[in-house]
Amino acid sequence: MNPNASFILVTLLKIVGIVFVVILPMVSYAVYAERKVSALIQDRLGPNRVGPAGLFQPIADAMKFLLKEDFTPAHVNKFYYWLAPCLAMVPAITTIAVVPFGSSLCGVPMVIADINVGVLFVFAIASLGVYGIVIAGWASNSKYPFLGGVRSSSQMISYELSLGLAVVPIFLLVGNLRLTEVVQYQIDHGWMIFPFAGDWKNPVGWLMAIPMWISFAVFAIAIFAETNRLPFDLPEAETELVGGYHTEYSSMKFALFFLGEYAAMITGSAIIVTLFLGGWHFPGIPDGSHGWIFGLINIFVFFAKIAALLFLFIWVRFTLPRFRYDQLMRLGWVFFFEIALVNIFAAAAVIVFFDR
Amino acid sequence: MAINVPRPKLTWSERLYLPAIVAGMAITLRHFKNMLFGRTKVTMEYPEQKWDAQLPEYYRGAPALVKDEAGRVRCVACQLCEFICPPRAIKIEPGEIPAQDRFSKVEKYPREFDIDMIRCIFCGMCEEVCPEQAIFLRKDYAITGLTRAEMVHDKEKLLEIGGVIHGVVLKWNDKK
Repeated sequence: MNPNASFILVTLLKIVGIVFVVILPMVSYAVYAERKVSALIQDRLGPNRVGPAGLFQPIADAMKFLLKEDFTPAHVNKFYYWLAPCLAMVPAITTIAVVPFGSSLCGVPMVIADINVGVLFVFAIASLGVYGIVIAGWASNSKYPFLGGVRSSSQMISYELSLGLAVVPIFLLVGNLRLTEVVQYQIDHGWMIFPFAGDWKNPVGWLMAIPMWISFAVFAIAIFAETNRLPFDLPEAETELVGGYHTEYSSMKFALFFLGEYAAMITGSAIIVTLFLGGWHFPGIPDGSHGWIFGLINIFVFFAKIAALLFLFIWVRFTLPRFRYDQLMRLGWVFFFEIALVNIFAAAAVIVFFDR
Repeated sequence: MAINVPRPKLTWSERLYLPAIVAGMAITLRHFKNMLFGRTKVTMEYPEQKWDAQLPEYYRGAPALVKDEAGRVRCVACQLCEFICPPRAIKIEPGEIPAQDRFSKVEKYPREFDIDMIRCIFCGMCEEVCPEQAIFLRKDYAITGLTRAEMVHDKEKLLEIGGVIHGVVLKWNDKK
């Protein structure tokens, strides 16, 4: 087989494997986890009827969504109304393309597209996610979705600033936008926020962890806002806007919004893991070049870290109340923007004075 | 007159909000852990677990007709329950007991006795008003049916729920 054909085949296999075998089931089980964890936090039992401990609930939900009537209201703008759910789902899944989800398996690097603009690609595609919501809000031609769309666009633009600024210290340190290089740096010098791998005895690494923790906090909170999760879920605030931007949607089109939100959560967690938590690396476990079993373990470690972050997402959702809109804007523009900006200089100072 | 409500003076740590957020997260995590390890027991899984054994004596479930020790339907078709019933759920069609019958001195018996369980409000007035102690509210509460006709309890159904009652006043004995 010529190298081009085998490259295409391997890439296709990776896309199918990661999107259809890992991400989509993970999305549906994230919904299950959300319901179960929220129930446990609120002293309830949660889904427990379909299968043992309700484990087949996502399948039942999918069947329900597929069998429901797909109703298109008469007053909507048909073309955009149909386009919006796709725009909500596709960017969330596309982002995973540049994230290294494992080291290598039988010599094949476990990243779909190892491009040199890595994180810029992530921001570019993730920003497209706002179009799904804004177009849904506009095309629905009704007041609640419209308000949801307006809120969503301003919220996403505001928090993308701090999102972008929060990662600058990492690239000052690593000197490369390629996400595989970021992971390799963390293997050599320790994870960004827990530098206990590589040359972990170096005190400068621990000093560097202070701006990294600030970056991590700002980045994680901005990801919460980007994915419209509580306490930043104003675009779909049930108590104020009925359902927000997806009020007029039903059946599978609604499900695409719903799953798109969870897919965005998973890819957001994947970015956090790659940038701050060492990606697929775990101290003491070698990479995939030492045997295929380690390659599998690396992939497992990566998704275990994502699962832990997803638990954090759910945990926060069922602890904190929703912000008021002016508080949300104040937090984004007055606090996180400034903190991220100052943090860049702090990180730069550490790099210059301690010659990192 | 306008009243100025003074805003509470927040300390520095309160204005930071972070301690409050951490405390809240700790509370939810504690609830999560207690539920996970089965230390919280608040929800009863209804169809599998029932509270039937603990129902109190005075529980008012579905109304039912009873038979006495001799096997006679205690109801004498006086229709008091039909008249008292607030939602008019009860419909009685009286019949005459033939002269050669052992209980001919009772004179009347219910030929038809229907209680519409869609209308019944489980108030217990029929039980209270009955001079013959013939109708009782039993502990059945899950009365279901697929049609309206199914939800009407006829005489057989009512006697089946009620069964035989012992130890109440027997005023239609042969000796009396």
